[in-house]
Amino acid sequence: MTHLNNFEIFLLLTIVKIAIVLVITLMSVAYTVLLERKVLGRLQNRWGPSRVGPFGLLQPLVDGLKLFLKEDMMPLAVERPLFVIAPIIALGCALISIAVVPFGAVTLVHGVDLFQIANLNIGLLVILGVTSIGVYGVALSGWSSNSKYSLFGSLRATAQMISYELALGLSLVGAVLRAQSLSLRDIVASQSAHGAISWNLFGGFQFIAFFIYLMAAYAETNRSPFDLSEAESELVAGYHTEYSSMKFAMFFMAEYANMITVSCVATLLFLGGASSPFGHLFDHIASGPILTALISIFWFVAKVFSFLLLYIWVRGTLPRFRYDQLMAFGWKFLLPVAMVNILATALALTYHG
Amino acid sequence: MEIALFLIFGLLAVAGALNLLFQRHPINSALSLVVVMMSLAVLYWSLGAEFLAAAQVIVYAGAVMVLFIFVVMLLNAGEEERSHGSKIAYIAGIPGAAAIFCLLSFVFLSERSHLGTTPLGGYLSSAVSNISEISHTLFTSLLLPFEVTSVLILVAILGAVVLARKEL
Repeated sequence: MTHLNNFEIFLLLTIVKIAIVLVITLMSVAYTVLLERKVLGRLQNRWGPSRVGPFGLLQPLVDGLKLFLKEDMMPLAVERPLFVIAPIIALGCALISIAVVPFGAVTLVHGVDLFQIANLNIGLLVILGVTSIGVYGVALSGWSSNSKYSLFGSLRATAQMISYELALGLSLVGAVLRAQSLSLRDIVASQSAHGAISWNLFGGFQFIAFFIYLMAAYAETNRSPFDLSEAESELVAGYHTEYSSMKFAMFFMAEYANMITVSCVATLLFLGGASSPFGHLFDHIASGPILTALISIFWFVAKVFSFLLLYIWVRGTLPRFRYDQLMAFGWKFLLPVAMVNILATALALTYHG
Repeated sequence: MEIALFLIFGLLAVAGALNLLFQRHPINSALSLVVVMMSLAVLYWSLGAEFLAAAQVIVYAGAVMVLFIFVVMLLNAGEEERSHGSKIAYIAGIPGAAAIFCLLSFVFLSERSHLGTTPLGGYLSSAVSNISEISHTLFTSLLLPFEVTSVLILVAILGAVVLARKEL
């Protein structure tokens, strides 16, 4: 690689990174759907998809093919440009925020970090900003569909998302205060000193913030028990009632990509990202550079996977909230508790730090 | 590179602002305003103000404009009707706008040395964080204006609550 200059190496490696991360994200979206159907099936004492391939493992492929081959219906009364652009906004925003997530230990090749697409010094704010832009996908899809179910679904979803965004953002402030940085790499580094006891969840005494984040994240991604925006019993399917074929699939993929992003952020901010829960205890056993990198990725994927499993478990366990309960819970309970948590963390850091 | 960013997003901001005026439907106008704000955020970032860019996206594009669109959706506002407008608008409006433009450009150009400059994209490559500098300035030399602003916002929130209560 000597005949390439630094910029060309950076450009090529970045393009390769983007391609690989995009493919892996889309694949994990597809298999999260399968995981959800299988686990939900077992929770409800049935098998889940089991016909296509061994254990139903080819089911996502067939689902994708089915959605792709379906007729793309465009109802007559829709606002055409917005109707088309809404699923693109939703999926685009859901996929963009993965770009700032560091999913492995710092591994430099020719000065380029292999396990993160972009290391920004405001990485956390970028994720929050992109998530808040994603609200437009939901809002516009409901309005442009020109249908009362879609409109009600998107009104509920939009109000819910902008309400819970506050509690979500405030719950992360404790972790930011502790790391004194908004860069996700720095936040992970601040928790990787002694393994699990230096994670923000345990050693940082951020468990209240963690549970606030968890609940706000469920509401932010419109998942059960806060999935009022697509309450089947009252709204058909919520904001994507009028969508079919690939446009519907894009909303579907956006929902699961958002789940993955939210799980990544929870992992990074509260569970120490790609650092091992045992700290540097077993470093002498696995010492090669490739092995260290693979182990860091293993821990990151394992943590994200456990969050996804929790998502599915919660969906299989809890009934849906009523809408006023949802709003009261967000504004009157989560938000004040998150503020108290910020004050307590700041005071503790001032006296000890 | 930075010049290309500046040109693309500067033109996008201007195009969005013009589209905001020419669109007839309030939703389309609101969305053009979102485009303007997002391009402004990119311009801030290319000047090295990454925190301002993020705040612009989160607060303006992500919260304020979502509320605008929310209200437009709730009110179900239809297309606006074009009228010829009042004569006063034609007589006073265009010269007034031109005068304000001239005044602003005169002030900015004549006070250029006092305003200071920042190189385009000069801070992009370096890893200097301006978040700590902003917070340091806000909580030391600008503490009083900062707190007064927060009280002002609190008053506005309370006012909104009072207005909403009266209707119940």
